[in-house]
This record gives sequence, structure tokens and C-alpha cells, in this order.
Amino acid sequence: MGMGIDHRHRMAKRAAAEIKEGMVVNLGIGIPSFVPEYLPQHLKVMFHAENGIVGMGPAPENGREDENLCNAGGLPVTVIEGASYCDSAIAFGMIRRGRVDLTILGSLQVSEKGDLANWIVPGKKVPGMGGAMELAQKAAKVIVLMTHVDKNGHSKIVKSCTLPLTSKSCVDLIITDMAVFSINQRGLELVEIFSPYSVEEVKSKTDCGFLISPDMTIIY
Amino acid sequence: MENPFKKVTSLNRVLDFFHNGSIIMFGGFGGVGSPPTIIEGILQKGIRELTLIGNDTGFPQIGIGKIVNQGRAKKVIASHIGSNPIAGQLMNEGKLEVEFSPQGTLVERIRAGGVGLGAILTDVGMDNEIVRANKQTVMLDGKEYLVEKALTAEISIVFAKKADAYGNLIYDKSARNTNPLVAMAGNITIAEVEEIVPIGGMDPDSIMTPGVFVDYIIPSQGVNWKWAWE
Repeated sequence: MGMGIDHRHRMAKRAAAEIKEGMVVNLGIGIPSFVPEYLPQHLKVMFHAENGIVGMGPAPENGREDENLCNAGGLPVTVIEGASYCDSAIAFGMIRRGRVDLTILGSLQVSEKGDLANWIVPGKKVPGMGGAMELAQKAAKVIVLMTHVDKNGHSKIVKSCTLPLTSKSCVDLIITDMAVFSINQRGLELVEIFSPYSVEEVKSKTDCGFLISPDMTIIY
Repeated sequence: MENPFKKVTSLNRVLDFFHNGSIIMFGGFGGVGSPPTIIEGILQKGIRELTLIGNDTGFPQIGIGKIVNQGRAKKVIASHIGSNPIAGQLMNEGKLEVEFSPQGTLVERIRAGGVGLGAILTDVGMDNEIVRANKQTVMLDGKEYLVEKALTAEISIVFAKKADAYGNLIYDKSARNTNPLVAMAGNITIAEVEEIVPIGGMDPDSIMTPGVFVDYIIPSQGVNWKWAWE
């Protein structure tokens, strides 16, 4: 399903609301990279990069790029006050040790139990897992930002993943272009809906059952 | 400059170590921090059947990608090849064997090799059949771990900002990335550096890779590729 700029930015803005003062946050590529645009200016957050940066700032102005200061995707960044560099083994040590509070990733499928499948489409060229497994398995909180359905119209939220798993029971929150789901002790729970969708529309596009939070709200 | 440890040398001299079938480990992450002068030298030497070990296969014209794209490698051990479509094409055509390792596991395997360990234990990737395939597992205090074997190489190539004549190294910002790990894991380690100073010219407290791991130092001719963002 094609997705307008508006949808992507609405999703990024919703994800930004999960970032709290003092957190260490790792952002995946794609829609998650829009998230910092929606953070309050004075919020103190340390953005982590797998290559070895804690305290990434925004992209530099044109002409001020430093070829030796790039994010994990190879694009130029800046650093904020309090930043540090380390080698990549230490950067992953931070992840495995649970020092990264939040990661926001894209995905191909998420199951009702929070299983994440985001690295292989069978029969397609396999680009490799990069750092997705460590982040999914070890970040304290995992938020998935993805379209609700794939390009063939199939639900990306499923009873159990048909694609190879990146990690089991790791996703805490799913933000799609239609709705926001929490995965908690009760199970998969619809907590917010993006206007103008209805609960019925969300049900019809979702391949598994879900609870509806009594406090469910609509995001306009 | 005095060269008391005979480590400071030329590109031509170090190229003697590279042959058809060499196992080469390289520093860098998306080409950032990969040694451009040594990569160009390997390319010009025309050697083939290489095994390349490093984080990724760079971009088509950036970093190690230049060697991969010429079909000079028979095998790559990396965490992803996503930024280099030609690597994916060669893999699909059966011309390039690719062993994937989760990024954090890969660098820890390199670190383990570099510090003389046989393997590491980790639970990363336990839920994935491809990562688990053909690996031993170990039960330790009631928890299951994968045994991930250490990696070493015949030759490690790294890129640093500054070296003294003993090979003590300092890296620049995020160009450090995998370089300090790769520097430890080579049977022969060659550092390409932007600035070489006499012994005594660096603060011992500032050293990121002790020169004990570095066998040869060559001056860099600088990055000779156009970055993806340029």
C-alpha cells in the first residue's frame, strides 16, 4: 500500500511521544529517521549509532559534512554536547547490556505475541541482518513503525509470523498508518486509532484478533 | 624520520603480502574508516579468490565495495551487503559466497580472535534458524547460548588518523568503528594513516590501538571515492 508523507509523519510524531527525558535511543532507517523532528527542543536524549556514537545530532548543513562523522547508514551527522565515540564492539555491548532504552525499527511482520520478522523475504535477495537482531532482542523497549498492510494488501500484524524470525516476543508497541497497538501481559491491544479509520476498518485489515483498550483514543 | 622498529614502509612493500586466495580483514563501516590506498593497491595488483571479513561490503564505488564489484572475492563474512547491490547480484549468481553474522556478534568474534580467544557465547540470533544453523550450543547456568567462533585473518587492514613510528594509533570520530578490533585480529596488521609522527609524538593516554598490534604503517593518499551523500 502506498503511504502519503502525512501518514509517515503522523506515525513518526506518535513514536516521538514515547521518547522521554534522559533516554538512550537507537533509530532504524526509513520512517524512524523522521522521529527526531517531533521531539521537544530541550528534551535531553542520547541517540545511539551501532558504528560507535552516543549523542548524535541532526544532519549537518550542506557543505559542512565530515566524512569521518557518519551514522550507521553511512550518512553524515553531527554530535551534541556530551557525545562520545567508541568502537563498534562497545556500541553493541551497550545494546546487549540493556543500556539502550528504546529502539524504533521497521518490520515486515509482527505477531500478536510480539515476534518480529524484519530481515528476510524468502526467495528474495538477502541483504543480511546488520544490527537488527541485537536491537530487537536486547533494547529495553522495541517500537515497530510499519505500514498496516504489505504491498499486496496482506496484514503485517499476524497470528504467527510466516517469515523467518528476527527475535521472539520482543515488540512492545506497533505504530501503523491506521492504529497503535500495545503488546502487554493481556496480549495485543488496540490503544489508539488514526483518524479517519474506524475499529471495524482496523479489524478488517488485521489478520488476528486483538483486545480494544477501554481507554482507546483517536489521533487526529 | 627515524624508523627504529622498521614499521613505517611503503604501499609497494606491503602489497607483497597479498596473494590470490588471501584472507583479508578490513576496518570500516559503510566505507567510512576503510583504508583507500591499500584497497586501491589490492585492486591494482589484480589478485583474486580473496576472502574478505568486515562489517559490510561498502557501497559499489566506496570502500571494500570496489574489490567486491570486480569479482575479486570468492567469500565475504559480513553483517550485511544491503548497501552494495552488486554484491547481492554476485551472491545470487553463485559467484560470491556470503556468510552473515549479526553485527554485534561479528565484531565480538573479531575482537575474540584479536585477543586470543577461541569463541564467544551469545544468545543473539537464537530465534533465527539461519543464525543457529550448524552451530554448537552450550547450557550455562540454565541458559542456552550459541558458540560463535573467533575470527582472525592472514592480513588486517585498518585506517587511522595518526600513528607514531611504533604503530600506536588514533582514529578520527566515527571512522574508529571496527578498526580497533580488526587491528588486533590480523596475523599481519597494516595501518594506513593520515599522519605519521616520530616516537614520543603522541600522548600515551590518547592511544586507541597500542602499536604492539600493528606490524606496518603506510601513509594514506586520502579517500579516492565520492561519498554517497556527495
